[in-house]
Amino acid sequence: MLLLAFDTATPAVTAALLDTEDGAVLASADQVDARRHGELLLPVVDRVLRTAGVGKEQLGALAVGVGPGPYTGLRVGLATAAALGHALGIPVHGVCTLDGIAHAARQAGLSGPFTVATDARRKEVYWARYDAAAGRAEGPQVDRPGELAERLGGLPAVGAGALLYPEVFRNVPEGMPEHQSAAALAAYAAGELAAGRPLLPPTPLYLRRPDAEVPKNYKTVLPA
Amino acid sequence: MADEPLVLGIETSCDETGVGIVRGTTLLADAVATSVEEHGRFGGVVPEIASRAHLEAMVPTVQRALDQAGIKASDLDGIAVTAGPGLAGALLVGVSAAKAYAYALDKPLYGVNHLASHICVDQLEHGRLPEPTMALLVSGGHSSLLLTSDITSDVRSLGATVDDAAGEAFDKVARVLGLGFPGGPVIDRYAAEGDPAAIAFPRGLSGPRDPAYDFSFSGLKTAVARWIEARRRAGEEVPVRDVAASFQEAVTDVLTRKAVRACLDHGVDHLMIGGGVAANSRLRAMAQERCERAGIELRVPRMKLCTDNGAMVAALGSEMVWRDRAPSAFDLSADSSLPVTETHVPAAGPVLPLSHDELHRMSE
Ligand SMILES: Nc1ncnc2c1ncn2[C@@H]1O[C@H](COP(=O)(O)OP(=O)(O)OP(=O)(O)O)[C@@H](O)[C@H]1O
Ligand SMILES: [Mg+2]
Repeated sequence: MLLLAFDTATPAVTAALLDTEDGAVLASADQVDARRHGELLLPVVDRVLRTAGVGKEQLGALAVGVGPGPYTGLRVGLATAAALGHALGIPVHGVCTLDGIAHAARQAGLSGPFTVATDARRKEVYWARYDAAAGRAEGPQVDRPGELAERLGGLPAVGAGALLYPEVFRNVPEGMPEHQSAAALAAYAAGELAAGRPLLPPTPLYLRRPDAEVPKNYKTVLPA
Repeated sequence: MADEPLVLGIETSCDETGVGIVRGTTLLADAVATSVEEHGRFGGVVPEIASRAHLEAMVPTVQRALDQAGIKASDLDGIAVTAGPGLAGALLVGVSAAKAYAYALDKPLYGVNHLASHICVDQLEHGRLPEPTMALLVSGGHSSLLLTSDITSDVRSLGATVDDAAGEAFDKVARVLGLGFPGGPVIDRYAAEGDPAAIAFPRGLSGPRDPAYDFSFSGLKTAVARWIEARRRAGEEVPVRDVAASFQEAVTDVLTRKAVRACLDHGVDHLMIGGGVAANSRLRAMAQERCERAGIELRVPRMKLCTDNGAMVAALGSEMVWRDRAPSAFDLSADSSLPVTETHVPAAGPVLPLSHDELHRMSE
């Protein structure tokens, strides 16, 4: 089956096509621009399919990163996946974005327990902790890095969130992924599906409630 | 006519997820999901709440529209979507979904202007727009007098509000009266039982030297608030119905007076009123009366088509196909401040599939 994966929960707009029969990545493309996910995603997807010489009607399933990640960009991926899946009549699987980055870190040679952290803006990080057996042991959560120092500071950490706060994440191995790569996301998703483990529903992991304030009591216009 | 363009339109500029399907000027489906109740307690639309709701509602609303119209997605001749103006994050959900539908179905994509859609929707009710058409566009974010000779390519602004939009004034006055959000429909209801001549509220920008086609509603809103506060301070009860009726009278008086004047000045014998405030019963009645007296034919779509919906986007999209306008590219942006004069957002260069060179340039 041909699995198309993409993710817009990190500054990378990334897409990849994977053949689940042999696990081969037929094509992938990445473009890093945190402010233009909306403009870039569909052209990147198109580039991947054309590079692989695959028609969209040949796709068997989609895998999409469900975050956590900055909301506006995150929704570009999810809205695109939902509509593509609907129009093509194929299933859409959700994958925690941090699991994709963790998979890429393993592929890059990281072993043992580690942390994945991405930039949540507002001086916070999205993070998850992985155990030696490659499973997600804790998270995803969103926190101020300072609050994580004691618990996670000693563990190796990967991702842009770790690079952003070196005073907290003191052990950032070389050669590790900074942003999401859809090739790793696709490989991870294919592995889970093959093992019969269910993936996530394609709905966003926001982790925070919407910013909304009930307005203060009505302000008078007459002088007090 | 069976050969008229069959277009699906997606609208997510504010708190309504709208999906409509139109064939030419015939409405086939108008599915709307709204998050309005979730915003009520905040006294206004909360962008993040609206965006989350759009994402959840998108696919189910598209399916509902397809079912209503009794067509298959593959029958469509194009996908239209509101590219702006509106809330950036909310627009982006609709634009992303529309691109994906257009791409998956191999249909042209049309990013269109929300305000032009508010005008074009009248074609579903009264047939093709006369050319030129004078349009009074009154909504939560806009109050403009627009003259259009071709709704797909030529919309000119004659005047607009210099401060609050008309719908905004309704919402703010309703808040002062403690009537909840959105304010327009409630004020409309209370006003029906009040005396429009009870209180003489000011008519903004109505002096002889004021700009003829511009509006101002912020002074009116303040005047109403002062009047109410003075009553409350004096320990008197506020006559909500009379305040609502007198306020509404002041708004609709200025709107219709200037609209009729614009028609007469420009020799246009049709007036179209669109946008959420066009749902106002007093505005409709007063416009009818004044247009009749001036020999102008009034066109106001039914209420459901005046507030945000997908059918209006489909109506404009269908017109784009009909008139052979250039489709949008797949890198179409959501533009929160798209000017009213930009009726749609055509591709700058060739549309996908891109050549190798272009792909190369894009990746740099
Ligand atoms: N019966 C009515 N009388 C007066 N105002 C009304 C009525 N019904 C709705 N409105 C007003 O219409 C506005 C909503 O209209 P609409 O949905 O067209 O605006 P919007 O989409 O928020 O703004 P825009 O179209 O400018 O982006 C609100 O301000 C609401 O109070
Ligand atoms: Mg509107």
